[in-house]
Amino acid sequence: MFSRAYKTWVTLPPLVWVAAFLVLPYALMFAYSFWSVSAAGSLRHTWNFANYGQLLGREVYRQTLLRSAWIAARVMLFAVLLSYPLAYLLSFHTRKGKDLLYQLVIIPLWVSYLVRAYAWKTILGTDGVLNTSLQYLHITTHPLHFLLYSPFAVVLTLTHIYTPFAFLPVYAAMEHIPRNLIEASHDLGASALQTFWRVIVPLSMPGVVAGATFAFVLSFGDFLAPLLLGGPSGVMISNIVVSLFGAAYNWPLGAAISFCMLALVIALLWLSERLEKRWAWS
Amino acid sequence: MQSDGQALLADGSADPLLCLRQITKNFGRHTVLRNISLSVASGEFLTILGESGSGKTTLLRILAGFEQPSSGEVWMAGERLDPLPPYQRKVNTVFQNYALFPHLTVEENVAYGPRVAGVSFDEVRTRVADALTKVRMLSFKSYRPANISGGQQQRVALARALVNQPRLLLLDEPLSALDANLRRQMQVELKALQREVGITFILVTHDQEEAMTMSDRIALLRSGELEQVAAPDEIYCRPATSYTAQFIGHSNLLPATVRQGMARTGSLAWPANVPDGSALFSLRPECIRAAIATPGAVRFRALVLDYAFHGASELVRIETAESLTLTVRCPQRGLLRGHVELEFSPEDVVLVRESAA
Repeated sequence: MFSRAYKTWVTLPPLVWVAAFLVLPYALMFAYSFWSVSAAGSLRHTWNFANYGQLLGREVYRQTLLRSAWIAARVMLFAVLLSYPLAYLLSFHTRKGKDLLYQLVIIPLWVSYLVRAYAWKTILGTDGVLNTSLQYLHITTHPLHFLLYSPFAVVLTLTHIYTPFAFLPVYAAMEHIPRNLIEASHDLGASALQTFWRVIVPLSMPGVVAGATFAFVLSFGDFLAPLLLGGPSGVMISNIVVSLFGAAYNWPLGAAISFCMLALVIALLWLSERLEKRWAWS
Repeated sequence: MQSDGQALLADGSADPLLCLRQITKNFGRHTVLRNISLSVASGEFLTILGESGSGKTTLLRILAGFEQPSSGEVWMAGERLDPLPPYQRKVNTVFQNYALFPHLTVEENVAYGPRVAGVSFDEVRTRVADALTKVRMLSFKSYRPANISGGQQQRVALARALVNQPRLLLLDEPLSALDANLRRQMQVELKALQREVGITFILVTHDQEEAMTMSDRIALLRSGELEQVAAPDEIYCRPATSYTAQFIGHSNLLPATVRQGMARTGSLAWPANVPDGSALFSLRPECIRAAIATPGAVRFRALVLDYAFHGASELVRIETAESLTLTVRCPQRGLLRGHVELEFSPEDVVLVRESAA
């Protein structure tokens, strides 16, 4: 239908783009991860696995990697738990104001990440809204310190920021459930609760998997929330990568950690793709 | 059994299974159903026939419980049905696009009803196997709906409804998605199945041929009102209104003037036991034939305008001396050409009520 020359000219620019800005930098980073830095701070192009060994062997990296995964897992759980009922309510039990509610879920996505992170800072801080209110109401006598600069603050903020990402695929999956299936279920004698468990939950699973993957992957690689609200106990793996590429000037180790994260994320995406395919019924 | 039900219903001496009393349904200011009253006997196969927008699907949804009537009552076996939610009715539906659960196998689909009803595991298994055997789908029990054909999905939907042993089965244009050959085959199968299980069937369709071949009675719905409810042969031979006469089969409508027991339109005149005044009559195309001097028949001359071949017969358009155009169904091809002499028997002319525009 299209000539060979036409096809070549159409596909060439994106190919060049991907090669120049994706494949090449990644390849370079991958090479970096096998190099090392001398005591004087110069790059040594000797190939070895020392960086990967350090990553697995040193307690601080292992622990931070685990903590990041644990934070991301909690964010994933809370984001799904929050967005599932919301999506269900919106998709199946809202007629009036459906668009408005939908927009209210989406609008936070338009607000700058920094603004939202700082907002939590003013809420959770020692003199923050939450602590002053609690003391004013005589529920507490001292400011609660675990609220800010803790994994708790990071999980809370990331949940707030990434819940819309979990919500959207869940909501889309529910909107795609043919309504005559719900009627068929009622017709066959199932109550609303039975219909929920037997029809709506299984048919919305692909959306849940997609939403959970979004929440996990995005929060696993996040570095702003731990930077602003995490404190020393809330440091995540991306913060270490940032410092290795910056102040510590150890690009090889930073590259090795980045590639570990990438491998983890790709494995996760592959798994979620498999699950979604298995649960894509029609 | 079915004819018993009908006979009993006709003289009003038996309790019908289902009773609709003055059902009206409004959507906003729009009235979709107006004053529908209808009784259905146990074991009857009733078809609700109507064009799209006639309200037939809304009526079915009221019976299933997906819509509430704006006024009126539905009774089934002496129990008020309309306040009950769908899942508490002994009524099951075969949906237009089957609405099979895509995440469940054929077997699990059929088992859905008994399972949510809390029937024991062993009983569910035997009942599901029975139902699937009845529709000849047992060998497909582990397939998912996406992997079987439309006709097979149709059968599974039937089994899924019948396995619940409903008092009443509703079928919403169940055959409309099938191609013509399969549709005819399923019509026969569906009718046979209904006889076998003895459950009351209410089928909704826009296809008059489907209604004629399958039903014990047809309820013809037009713009939300019942035009006529009668057995297929009666609704065909004795249409009550001009709409019925034209919607079911072909019909020649003859506007006539009646005076002293004789109806007259142009030079055609036939005895009619009707009060004096103007009246509308229906005459089926197959009731007009080439004149063979039948005693009492009305004879007239006409000119053949055109003709169309219809397989077993030929539809011929003719014009009488007074420019009245009529359609004649002639069983013999090429018999009617040019100037012809025709006749019809007065008893085949049916007085019909003029339907509102």
